Amino acid sequence: MAGAVAPLARRARASQSAGPRAIRSEPAVVRWLVIGVSLAFLGIFLVLPLVTVFVQAFSRGVMPYLDALTDPDAVAAIRLTLLVAAISVALNLAFGLVAAWSIAKFEFPGKSVLITLIDLPFSVSPVISGLVFVLLFGAQGFFGAWLQAHDIRIIFALPGIVLATLLVTFPFVARELIPLMQEQGTQEEEAAVSLGASGLQTFFRVTLPNVKWALLYGVLLCNARAMGEFGAVAVVSGHIRGETNTMPLHIEILYNEYQFMAAFAVASLLALLALVTLIAKVVLERFVEAER
Amino acid sequence: MKIEIRNVTKTFGDFAALDGVNLDVKSGELVALLGPSGSGKTTLLRIIAGLEWPEQGRVMFDGVDALSRSVRERHVGFVFQHYALFRHMSVFENIAFGLRVRPRARRLPEAEIRERVEKLLDLVQLRWLSDRYPSQLSGGQRQRIALARALAIEPRVLLLDEPFGALDAKVRKGLRRWLRNLHEELPVTSVFVTHDQEEALEVADRVVVMDRGRIEQIGAPADVHDRPQTAFVHEFIGESVVVPITVEGQKVHLLGRPLNLDSQGTADGAARLFVRPYEISVVPPAGAALTGVVKRVHGLGAARRVEVLLCGPDTLVEIDTPRSQSLEVGDTIGLKPQRYRIFADAP
Repeated sequence: MAGAVAPLARRARASQSAGPRAIRSEPAVVRWLVIGVSLAFLGIFLVLPLVTVFVQAFSRGVMPYLDALTDPDAVAAIRLTLLVAAISVALNLAFGLVAAWSIAKFEFPGKSVLITLIDLPFSVSPVISGLVFVLLFGAQGFFGAWLQAHDIRIIFALPGIVLATLLVTFPFVARELIPLMQEQGTQEEEAAVSLGASGLQTFFRVTLPNVKWALLYGVLLCNARAMGEFGAVAVVSGHIRGETNTMPLHIEILYNEYQFMAAFAVASLLALLALVTLIAKVVLERFVEAER
Repeated sequence: MKIEIRNVTKTFGDFAALDGVNLDVKSGELVALLGPSGSGKTTLLRIIAGLEWPEQGRVMFDGVDALSRSVRERHVGFVFQHYALFRHMSVFENIAFGLRVRPRARRLPEAEIRERVEKLLDLVQLRWLSDRYPSQLSGGQRQRIALARALAIEPRVLLLDEPFGALDAKVRKGLRRWLRNLHEELPVTSVFVTHDQEEALEVADRVVVMDRGRIEQIGAPADVHDRPQTAFVHEFIGESVVVPITVEGQKVHLLGRPLNLDSQGTADGAARLFVRPYEISVVPPAGAALTGVVKRVHGLGAARRVEVLLCGPDTLVEIDTPRSQSLEVGDTIGLKPQRYRIFADAP
């Protein structure tokens, strides 16, 4: 214990005597070691895998890469992924706005429960998020018999995939908006209404413009997650080729069939999405900075 | 426009924010709601605006019930404590907002909106800021823009919540005078909330003193200052020397010793004697109503501030004496109230 305390005390004394500069006057070796470790970590765990994806994808040249992407099953997977993302982002945009609005602007019983519930998808394993829908709508599930009697397919079909994606991506928009809306309070809305604005005018002219960047940011993250979700979708999709396979599922199947190059080709699209998201995020943050 | 408030009551949970409030505001008048925080003044203002609803009572604008109408329909100009300017709109668009959200049938053509906004910018003397955003303005500028925005809809009533609360002392003084002048130029019925007595007394035609959800006194600034009707008003407005006393059979006693003071018809029991620091004179201690020891003498200018520890009840009071009177720390002196008020303690 004493041994651990001593260096700290010595450093404190040193900084007192030599002024504020002393605190940064670590030996060069230590400085480079610390920077080196973090750079190496970043390289091994982030950059290297990303590079590998693209290297593997183009390992046999451009034509096989394009062939892998234009394979009918791959096209179906890409199309399904885009469709699922479009639906779930649109719905979560609406849900997130409404939830954030009600939490930030009104007092009501059960508010803290709602705030906790919004975070639930973050803390629950995606597999469970998928499984609950199987338990609810699957053949042996709660509503299974009724759904079968009415010939409605949810599990192993588009509705199930959308539901699972919705659940997993629900927090993104709401989480971005709640703290911002809470911080902004209700005064601007009150001002707008006192100036004669209707509820809709207040929303579209005051509330929405005030949160537009946060909203866009939330949508961006929500979209990235919706396209990349694997666990929850894997449970409900049923892996029907050309029908209920999203891109992540398609990649897994290709990989399991030892079609590494094709798997990485499709994966490169997802990686590209990640990069685009990252760049868009940086650009957005610049905008927000500039507006302050 | 005339505002009548009748028996308005509002509670937040167990807390009575307003408790049977009655108030009349005459047309064209500038009224201050003055009180400490939690006195209900802001709640009353928000009820007049329609941002809050009372549980009981009536609010009437020119004899017409206002409570059945929403804030949108009441046509009031509200200036918020922290201005609540629309942060993503330029100063120009902030002021134009009320004109742009009108229903299409009543909306002015763009040229007229422009003209109106520019006139208002001239009124608040900030035309050169028209393209700026709220975050680029100083507190005083924001306040004036908020006022211009509220005036743009030609409100029947102007309501201001702590209009100068967030400004520094110097800007505050200037804006105070400016608001007073503006009201003379544009005599719209106005109510403003403040916790600063100096502000209320200087700006308002009439002052409404509030405490714990009730109105303590309504009157002209000189009235509430010189003729306070309750112990709270005497203590809250201006400075007071306060001495606890008892009244027995119309006689005033200090710790059992009779004082040669008029009980002013106060009921028997515990009471307090209130004197303004400048309405008490120093006399020889022998035979004086109150005696005490000088503890500290300070202050520059015409009057000198003297701290006196009263004998009898150990109470430290501060009085003002003319410079001509020689007083030393440690002197025992007598004190004679020139004008005073006695209020019975609340049971």
